[in-house]
Amino acid sequence: MNAPLIGARIARKEDYRFLTGAGQYTDDVTLPRQTHAVFVRSPHAHAKIKSIRKDAALKAPGVLAVYTGEDLAAAKVGGLPCGWLITDVNGQPMKEPPHPCLAQGKARYVGDHVAIVVAETAEQARDAADLVQVDYEPLPAVVDASKARAKGAPQLHDNAPDNTCYVWALGDKAAVDGAFAKAAHVTRLELINNRLVPNAIEPRAANGSYSRAEDSYTLYVANQNPHVERLLMTAFVLGLPEHKVRVVAGDVGGGFGSKIYLYAEDVVVTWASRQLGRPVKWTAERSESYVSDAHGRDHHTIAELALDKDGKFLAMRVQTTANMGAYLSTFASCIPTILYATLLAGQYTTPLIHCEVTAVFTNTAPVDAYRGAGRPEATYVVERLVETAAREMKIDPADLRRRNFITTFPYQTPVALCYDTGNYNATMDAAQKLADVAGYAARKKDSEAKGKLRGIGYAAYIEACGIAPSAVAGSLGARAGLFEAGEIRVHPTGSVTVFTGSHSHGQGHETTFAQVVADRLGMPIENVDIVHGDTSKVLFGMGTYGSRSIAVGGTAIVKALDKIIAKGKKIAAHLMEAAESDVEYDRGEFKVAGTDKKKMFGEVAFAAYVPHNYPHDKLEPGLNENAFYDPANFTFPAGTYICEVEVDRDTGQVRIDRWAAVDDFGKIINPMIVEGQVHGGLVQGIGQALTECCRYDDESGQLVTGSFMDYCIPRADDVPSFKVDTRETPCTHNPLGVKGCGEAGAIGAPAALMNAITDALGVKDLAMPATAQTVWRAMQNRKAA
Amino acid sequence: MAVKVSMKVNGKPVSAEVEERTLLVTLIRENLRLTGTHVGCDTAQCGACTVHMNGKAIKSCSIVAMQAEGADILTIEGVAKADGTLHPMQAAFKENHGLQCGFCTPGMVMNALEFAKGHPNPTEQEVRESLEGNLCRCTGYHNIVKSIVAGAKAMAGGR
Ligand code: FES
Ligand code: FES
Repeated sequence: MNAPLIGARIARKEDYRFLTGAGQYTDDVTLPRQTHAVFVRSPHAHAKIKSIRKDAALKAPGVLAVYTGEDLAAAKVGGLPCGWLITDVNGQPMKEPPHPCLAQGKARYVGDHVAIVVAETAEQARDAADLVQVDYEPLPAVVDASKARAKGAPQLHDNAPDNTCYVWALGDKAAVDGAFAKAAHVTRLELINNRLVPNAIEPRAANGSYSRAEDSYTLYVANQNPHVERLLMTAFVLGLPEHKVRVVAGDVGGGFGSKIYLYAEDVVVTWASRQLGRPVKWTAERSESYVSDAHGRDHHTIAELALDKDGKFLAMRVQTTANMGAYLSTFASCIPTILYATLLAGQYTTPLIHCEVTAVFTNTAPVDAYRGAGRPEATYVVERLVETAAREMKIDPADLRRRNFITTFPYQTPVALCYDTGNYNATMDAAQKLADVAGYAARKKDSEAKGKLRGIGYAAYIEACGIAPSAVAGSLGARAGLFEAGEIRVHPTGSVTVFTGSHSHGQGHETTFAQVVADRLGMPIENVDIVHGDTSKVLFGMGTYGSRSIAVGGTAIVKALDKIIAKGKKIAAHLMEAAESDVEYDRGEFKVAGTDKKKMFGEVAFAAYVPHNYPHDKLEPGLNENAFYDPANFTFPAGTYICEVEVDRDTGQVRIDRWAAVDDFGKIINPMIVEGQVHGGLVQGIGQALTECCRYDDESGQLVTGSFMDYCIPRADDVPSFKVDTRETPCTHNPLGVKGCGEAGAIGAPAALMNAITDALGVKDLAMPATAQTVWRAMQNRKAA
Repeated sequence: MAVKVSMKVNGKPVSAEVEERTLLVTLIRENLRLTGTHVGCDTAQCGACTVHMNGKAIKSCSIVAMQAEGADILTIEGVAKADGTLHPMQAAFKENHGLQCGFCTPGMVMNALEFAKGHPNPTEQEVRESLEGNLCRCTGYHNIVKSIVAGAKAMAGGR
């Protein structure tokens, strides 16, 4: 039998192709008779489109076609759907303005897609795009969500008065207000969760083709969930039957949420490929990604925490205005509600919580899930409040947290979730050790001796992963299922191909999932290949988002494995002339209990495909099973991050001196991959807190941070190396005991870092990102005060 | 105006008809179909397009193909041994999990190869500074830094 593979640091199976330049990303696919597309985008944040003249562009060299919103309307191409219906405080459905694939009559943000130009080469399409004459009548624009609700603000959509999509609430307001009235202490913060641009290094791309012979379409697309993309595009937009559309998302260069959605470009190239009878490829330039990828966050929040005199949390009150951008992106509506307010209990026993969320349309790019999606925003609220309360009440911040930690499970929060398991003291203890909190005072002295400020910050986060079950999500407004599918195909000589509806765009599923399968089947990992990202190969799938892959996709695979083993037992029993109930299975070996009789998995597989000696009366030949898995609950990864910063008094420059992260992800399949996920998440979180800020000009609505030079994603020398560790309380409701790890870093990091910086500066709050300029100003203001 | 350019790519002489404005990266990706060299930006910031020209790491999105006339170009496809064995730097990325989605990876490796020649035993800080022109959104750099330190040592050790 082979050594156990679960828990092993195994180098990734997928690395060889990426390291040798053999990855196949969407833009790498060039089809016979390929054409190239460029989108004409609105240069105005808000404008009437009076007319569009195509003639000059059509005459340009190499140009094959120019299509506008009018062409799509004439062809009855629908608008982009939103996948989650939020019901407002009055029981009314949210406002869902039409989201046309090419603008109809009006452009509503800078970058709004107005026309597509298709030509023989990308250069020709680019040149011709400049010749499409759009007569715009600019309108006043509004980019700030609070201003968009004010009287007299420019109105984006006829059916969304006051630019309001919904006002939604969760919790018992009267009870919360009552608790605040009796509190010994109230901590109040006004927080901005800054708008972010996801910036996967691979820009979005789509290549649609149509086969007249088969009357079918193929769309190659940089996407995180090809089956969902297909379902939305066929059923809701193009009105095509799904069996005539194949969606392939092969190698995808990072997603972080931004490639979950059905985008207009995907639809338009697919549609155009049929008009032209040739494949149509579009690849975003980075500047296009900045204006047209769905952005993240953008909350304005007033948050209050009520405590008794001993620091026990009594209640929390939160009011958030969420900027949705100009239209509802695919899952936009559930992010600041279902994935945000439900997380406000954090790791604590706060008995009463009320949260009201107002979602607002503005003349900006649509906002949707970005790594963490609602949960970083919630963690920021909770952990900034808790740290601030500790300072105000002069209680050690770790101690205040411990006084309020949930310690008995399952635990029903006042905001709908039921945590199955956790051990928050364990992750806190381990993080404090790893961070050498005991040595902090000495380090602070050293920094002071050097003329530097030093601060320490904590964040004890919780997240809810693998959003589920479908029935509950459905009752909350989800318009899709939230299960996952997997298939195990055992080949005659015992090697295995696994098909998963999860999608890897960096997470390493080809290795992690193969570890799970090879371990259970007692075979070397080389004998197991994982296939994902192609609707013509994989039976079905909901894809990868919300750190759901191992917990939901992995479990579907385990369920399929169970069926394989169950059938294998029947075959083995027949081969060994034993009763099925006497056959035991352990990692590749079928044994008859109490005897030395055994059959190896490979022998059983062979018998299934060469069924000469086979129980034909009871069993079909072959060894191929699939399973769909709909989880019973979310999983609840949690952990503690502690960081220390040093601030230069003269420049305001923040240097992260050390960072300790201890996470509880339940069982871990491949620690090396998990650590990588944590590192990556942490740096995205650090980016939000330190360097990244998406800004639109208030007057013109122009995106002023539209390139890597203006919008700074962290570079290698902006960030430290990390100390990471894990503690383990296995998830109670999936067979692997796994919870998911993809987003944790991005969820916990901003609060930890801002807690450290405000500690160093001795200020109550500071706006993210804490650039040198922002920090320097805060220091000057403090001096002046 | 179409012009003819000739150069050596991964040891093989190649020539192609391009426009005067055609970028080197476009020639590599579109004309030669060597798609391991990636494009991640339009402002010469991300480094995904890094190749070697006459032994020096350059961003192939920031020169036109004509500027490479007669040059010796090495792309990621030419780094492993002919029998497919990974170069020690590539192997170090694999061993240290220095890549996730793989999109920045070719540029990271090409940049690291040049850096390692001058830094056989680099410090972590030196490596971080050397990555000034290469962006990664997945790894948080932690394991890229580890990979390059290990790769540089392996190269110096003549592995
Ligand atoms: S594509 Fe060359 S630096 Fe980004
Ligand atoms: S590995 Fe994905 S961008 Fe670096």
